[in-house]
Amino acid sequence: MNDALVTLEAVSKSFPGTDKPALENISSALWPGRITGLVGPDGAGKTTLIRLMAGLLAPTSGSICVSGLDPIRDAAKLREFVGYMPQKFGLYEDLSVLENLELHADLRGVLGAQRTVIFERLLGFTDLARFTTRLAGKLSGGMKQKLGLACALLGQPRLLLLDEPGVGVDPISRRELWKMVHELIGQGIAVVWSTAYLDEAELCQDVLLMNEGQLLFSGKPSDLTNRIRDRSFQIRHAGGSRRQLLARALRRPEVMDGVIQGHSVRLLLRDNATHPNLLELEAGEQAELVQVTPRFEDAFIEALGGGPGGDSVLAQRLRPVVGVQDTVVEAVELTKLFGDFAATDHVNFAVKRGEIFGLLGPNGAGKSTTFRMMCGLLAPTSGTARVLGIDLKTSASLARQQLGYMAQKFSLYGGLTVRQNLMFFSGIYGLKGERQKAMVNGMIDIFKMEPFLHTTPDTLPLGFKQRLALACAVMHEPPLLFLDEPTSGVDPVTRREFWTHINGVVEKGVTVMVTTHFMDEAEYCDRIALVFRGKIIAAGTPDQLKEQVSTPENPDPTMEDAFIALVQGQSQEDSL
Amino acid sequence: MNKRVSFRRLRALCRKETLQILRDPSSNIIAFVLPVVLLFIFGYGINLDSSAVTIGLVLEDTGPEARRFANNLYGSPYLKVTTGLTRSGMEQTMTAGEVRGFVVVPVDFSEKLKNPTDTAPLLVVADGAEPNTANFVQNYMNGVWNGWLQQRAAEQGVSPPIGISIDSRFWFNPSAESRNYLIPGSITIIMTVIGTLLTSLVVAREWERGTMEALLASPVTRAELLLSKLLPYYALGIISLFLCVGVSVFILKVPFRGSLFALWVIGSLFLTSSLGLGLLLSTVLRNQFNAAQASLNAAFLPALMLSGFIYEIRSMPVFIQAVTYLIPARYFVTAMQTLFQAGNVWPLLISSGLFLLLSSIFFIGLTALKTRRRLE
Amino acid sequence: MFSRIATLIVKELQGLMMDRQTRIILIMPVIMQLILFPFAATLEVTNNTLAIFNEDSGKESIELIQRFSKAQAFSEMLQLYGETDVRRVIDNQEALIVIRFPADFSRDVVAGRPASIQALLDGRRSNSGQIALGYVQQIIQGYNDERHTAKKQSTPSILVARNWFNPNLDYVRHIVPSLVAMITTISTLIVTSLSVAREREQGTFDQLLVSPLTPGMIMVGKTIPALLVAMTQATIILLAAIFAYQIPFVGSFVLLYTSMAFYILALAGFGLLISSLCTTQQQAFLGVFTFTVPAILLSGFVSPIENMPLWLQYLDWVNPLRHFIIIVKGVFLKDIGLLLLLQNLWPLLVIATGTLGAANWMFHRHLG
Repeated sequence: MNDALVTLEAVSKSFPGTDKPALENISSALWPGRITGLVGPDGAGKTTLIRLMAGLLAPTSGSICVSGLDPIRDAAKLREFVGYMPQKFGLYEDLSVLENLELHADLRGVLGAQRTVIFERLLGFTDLARFTTRLAGKLSGGMKQKLGLACALLGQPRLLLLDEPGVGVDPISRRELWKMVHELIGQGIAVVWSTAYLDEAELCQDVLLMNEGQLLFSGKPSDLTNRIRDRSFQIRHAGGSRRQLLARALRRPEVMDGVIQGHSVRLLLRDNATHPNLLELEAGEQAELVQVTPRFEDAFIEALGGGPGGDSVLAQRLRPVVGVQDTVVEAVELTKLFGDFAATDHVNFAVKRGEIFGLLGPNGAGKSTTFRMMCGLLAPTSGTARVLGIDLKTSASLARQQLGYMAQKFSLYGGLTVRQNLMFFSGIYGLKGERQKAMVNGMIDIFKMEPFLHTTPDTLPLGFKQRLALACAVMHEPPLLFLDEPTSGVDPVTRREFWTHINGVVEKGVTVMVTTHFMDEAEYCDRIALVFRGKIIAAGTPDQLKEQVSTPENPDPTMEDAFIALVQGQSQEDSL
Repeated sequence: MNKRVSFRRLRALCRKETLQILRDPSSNIIAFVLPVVLLFIFGYGINLDSSAVTIGLVLEDTGPEARRFANNLYGSPYLKVTTGLTRSGMEQTMTAGEVRGFVVVPVDFSEKLKNPTDTAPLLVVADGAEPNTANFVQNYMNGVWNGWLQQRAAEQGVSPPIGISIDSRFWFNPSAESRNYLIPGSITIIMTVIGTLLTSLVVAREWERGTMEALLASPVTRAELLLSKLLPYYALGIISLFLCVGVSVFILKVPFRGSLFALWVIGSLFLTSSLGLGLLLSTVLRNQFNAAQASLNAAFLPALMLSGFIYEIRSMPVFIQAVTYLIPARYFVTAMQTLFQAGNVWPLLISSGLFLLLSSIFFIGLTALKTRRRLE
Repeated sequence: MFSRIATLIVKELQGLMMDRQTRIILIMPVIMQLILFPFAATLEVTNNTLAIFNEDSGKESIELIQRFSKAQAFSEMLQLYGETDVRRVIDNQEALIVIRFPADFSRDVVAGRPASIQALLDGRRSNSGQIALGYVQQIIQGYNDERHTAKKQSTPSILVARNWFNPNLDYVRHIVPSLVAMITTISTLIVTSLSVAREREQGTFDQLLVSPLTPGMIMVGKTIPALLVAMTQATIILLAAIFAYQIPFVGSFVLLYTSMAFYILALAGFGLLISSLCTTQQQAFLGVFTFTVPAILLSGFVSPIENMPLWLQYLDWVNPLRHFIIIVKGVFLKDIGLLLLLQNLWPLLVIATGTLGAANWMFHRHLG
C-alpha cells in the first residue's frame, strides 16, 4: 500500500470561549486512492478537522502532516495540490457556471490550452456543459454541488476535501456525486467526504466516526458493523400497534436499541443476549423475528452505548385527545402558484386522527409549500386546506389554537433564556396563572432542563434545542402537531428520543404531520405522500411504497431505493 | 513560490468583483441612486439663508411716522410681513411658529418721535427657539431700522447722526448663498456614507456566504484579496463622485472653480480612506448587519456633525475640536468647499490631501493587519 | 387576548434587554447624541479668528479693534500688513472675517465725516460669516451710540431687541429638545422594523403566525414595546435637558407625553411598513436609514422648513418628525396650549392611521 497522504497525530483544537474542545486527541491517517468518510452528527468536529487539513485553522496541539508539509507553515505550497469544497459549496451565486470556473482557474494558474482541456473534461464529467451561462444561484442543489466539486478539482488536486457535500441535495444527485467521486479515486486522489448521514459511511473505504470531538472509530466501515454481526433483527408481520410494540421491546434488557421501519420494528440486541420472546412482547401470532444485515447506524448507536428508552414521559403528562373528528387534516385540490410556476399542483390528501402522515420529497419539490399552506403560513391560490374541519382561509386563528408547530431550525428565541421561551410560548397560546406555571414546570422536569433554565438556547447543543422546541410546541396540548424536518442534523440517539415522544403522543390520539427528507424518519410514518414537481406522485404506507418498486434484482428495496425509483419513474414519464 | 501579488490572480478577482457589482442591484443603488437622492435632499432641503423671514407687525400707533416705518418694512426684500392687530394676538402667532419674530410700534411712537428730547423705542421680539433665524430677524430689523432713520433724516433735512458704516463683501460667494457651500459639503457626507457602506458589506458578505473559505483555500494572497476589494469599489466610488459633482454643477447650479485634476486626486485619497474604513469594519466584524450598523455610526454621524459641513468647528469645545482633526471628512469638506468656490488654493488643498493620505494609509494598513489568511 | 398580548410585550422587552447588540444600538445613540449634539451642533460663532488690516494709525481704529477683541465671537486676532496677506488669510481659511480700516479712518471719525470700514468674509462659510458680521455690526453700533451720547446728539429712536423663549439665543435650548424627538425616532424604528426582520431571519416569525395571535395582535405586541423604550429614552433626555443642561421646561408634561405617544404610533407604522417589505435585518437597516436621514434633514432641525422650495414643504408634510419637533419645542420652551398643539397633532394622527393601516394590510397580504 502507498504511504499515507495525511497523518494526524494527537490533534486537538479548542476555540476560545468554549469549555469543550472541538476536537480532542485525534490520530489517524488518510491514504491516496481511497475515500475516507468523516462521519458524525452535527457538532462532532467534522468541519473543524477538514479546515485543519486545509490549513485554514491551526491545531491547538498535536501535528498534521499533508504530503510531508505542515498545513500552516507551508500553506502556500499546500494550496497547490489541495482541493477544498466548503459547506454550501463556496460558489459565487451571482456569477455564472463558467465565470465561477474561470475565477478558480485563474486563481490556480490553469491557463491556455491546458485550461480548455480541463474545462471540457470537468464540464463533461459533471454534465454541466449545457448550463455554462446560467448563474450559480439559479442552479438546483445537485448542480451546485457538482459545480462546487468542479471548482475544487480545477488545480488537479491530490487531496480533495469535501465538507458535507450531501446537505441540501436530494438522494438522486447524491448518488450521482458518489459515482463521480469513485471515478476520481481511480486516478489516485485521496478524498475526504464529511457527512452527517450515517448510511453514507457504508459507501466509503475508510471511516472516521466522530462524536462531540472524539474519534469513536477509525477503519473500514465493515470492521465496525462486523462487531454487531448477528445482533440486528426485525420483527415482521406483528399485529397491533407497532409503536406500542417498540415501546415494549425497548423495555426488555436484552434490547439495546430499536426503531420503526414501516410495518416492522428493527431491534439491536446486546452482545450475547438471548432473543426476545415475541409472545411476551405481545407481537401477535403472525410475528416473526428475522435477522437482518447490520447497518452503520446500529454500530454507531452501539459505540455510544445504546439508544434511549422507549417510554415517553411527555406523553404521560399530556391529556388524551378527545372530541376530535376522524379527518383531522384535509387538502382538497390544493394549489399554489408563484407566477406561472405551480409549487403545489392540485394536491389532495386526508389525515386521520392519531395518524403520522409524512410529506417526503426532494428539495424544491413543493413539500414545504404544501406544508406551509396546511398550517396557515401561506394562502393557497386555489383549493382548500382544512384543519380540524376549519377552513384556514376563513377562521385561521381558531384553528391555530388547536395546532402545535415545530419549525425546521427549531425557531426559538435565541436571545431569551430557556425559561423565558417556555413562558412565552405557553403565554401566546393563552395559558396563564397556575396552569401555565404547572405546565412549564412539568416540561422542565420531563426534559431535565433545570440546569439550563437561565441559559439562552443559542449556546446549547442542537439536541437540547430540539427538545425545547418540542416542549414549546406541545404545552397547549394541541390535538395536531406539525413538524417541519424535525430531526435534521441531530444525532441518532436524540432522534430516537424524539420519535419516542412522538410515538407516545400519537398513542394519546394526537395527529402528526411531518415533512422530511430523511428516509429513516419516513419509516416512522403511518402513511407517506411522495411529492415531486408540486404533485403527489405516490402515497401509501412505507411498505406499500417499497413494494411498488420491488424488482426481482432488488426484492427488498430500502426507502431510499423506493424514493429514487419513484422520482426517476415520474421524471421519465414527464419527459415523454 | 507564491509572489505577493500576481497580476493574473488580481485581475481574476477584480473581474469577479466587478461582475458582482454589476449584477447586484443594491450596490448600484448605493453607488448611483442614493447619492443623487441625498444630494437633492441636501440641495433643496437644507438652506440656512433666511431669504424671506416671516415677521409680524403690530401697529399700535397709526400715525404717519409709524406708517412710514411700516412701508420700509414691507419694502424689505428679506422680510415677509404679516400685520396683526394686538400684541397678544401676535404673541400667539409667533408661539405657533407662523412668524419668526415681530415688531411692535408702540402707541406713543409718533408722539415721542416728535419730541426732540425723547427717544421713541421700537420693540423687536424674535423667536429664540430658532436661534439662527432669530439672529437673522434681529440683523434684518436692524438694517431696516437704520435705513428708515437715515431716510427720515434726509427728508427732514437734518443730517443724520454720523457714524461708522460697514461695507461688507463675501468672497467667492458674493450673495452669501449657503447652498454654495452646503452642497460641496454634502457631497462629502454622501461619499463617506457610500464609501464605507459599499465596502463594509463586501467582505462580510463573503464570510456569510461561505465563499471566503473557498478563496482562502486557494493560492490567493492577502494583498491580492485586499486590492481586489479596493480597486473595483474605488472605480465605482469615483464615478459616483463625479456624478455628484456633475449634478451639483449642472442641475443645482453651484459654481465649480477648481481643477478637475485636483478634485480627482483629493477625491481618490478621501475615497481610499472611506473604503479603507469600510473594509476594516467588514473585516473585523464579518457580519453584514453589524458592519453596516457600525459603518454608519463610525462614518455618517461624525461626518455630519464634526466635519464643519454645517456646524462651525471653531465654535465647538476644545476637546471636540481635537476629535475633528481625526475625521477624514473634515479635510475633504474643506477641500471640496475650496475647490467649488475658491478654486485652486494649493496650500490648503495640499495640506488636506496629506491628511487624507495619512488616514488612507492608516485604515488600509490596519485592514491589511487584520486580514488573515486563516479562519481564526 | 390581553394576556396573550402581554406575553408578547414581555417577550419583546426581555429580548431587548438580553441582547447585547440591541442594547448597544439603543444606548449608544442616546449617549453619543447627548454628548455630541449639544456641543457640536451649533451655528453660533465663538472663538473664531478675526483678521485686521489696519491702514489707519489713529486711536479710533485701535479703540474699535480692542472692542472686537473683547467679543466672544473672536478669541484670536491676526494683524495683516498688505493685500497679499488678506488674500492668503481668506484663501487658506485662517480667518473667518477680515476687517480693513482705510488710511484716513480715524481722521474722518474725528472730523465727523462719514467713515466706513471694509469687512471681507469667507463665502465658503457664509452663514457663520453673516453671524460674525452681525456681531461686528453690533459692536460698531454700540460705539456709534456712545459717541452720539457723548456729543449729546440724541437719536430719535432706539430699537429694543428681545428674544423670547431663549433670551441669549443659546443653541443648546434649540438642540436638546429636538433631540427628544430624534432619539424617539431612531429607537422606535429600530425596535419595530429590526425586531420583525430579525424574527423573520430566525424563523420565529413563522412561530408567531401559526399561533392563535392575529396580525393585529402581533402589531400591537411590537408597537407597545417600542412605545415603552422610546418614552424611556425620551425621559432620559428630558431629565438631562432639565437638570444637566438647565433648560427650563415651561409646558405641560401630560401634553408632551400624549403627543409623543401619537408620534411613536405614526413612526411604528413606518417601522412595521419597512419591516413588511424586508426579509433580512440588513435590508431593514438600510430601510430605516433611508427613512431616517431625509426625515431628520427635512425636519426643520437642521434648517428651517420655510426655506425649502414650496413643493418640498408640501411633500414634507408626511414627515412625522417635522410635526413632532414643533410640538416638543413648543411644549418645552413656549408652553403652547392645547389649541396650538392640536394644529400639529392632527397631521400625526393622519400619518399614524395611514401607516398603521398600510402595515396591517401588508401583514395580512403577506399571509396571503
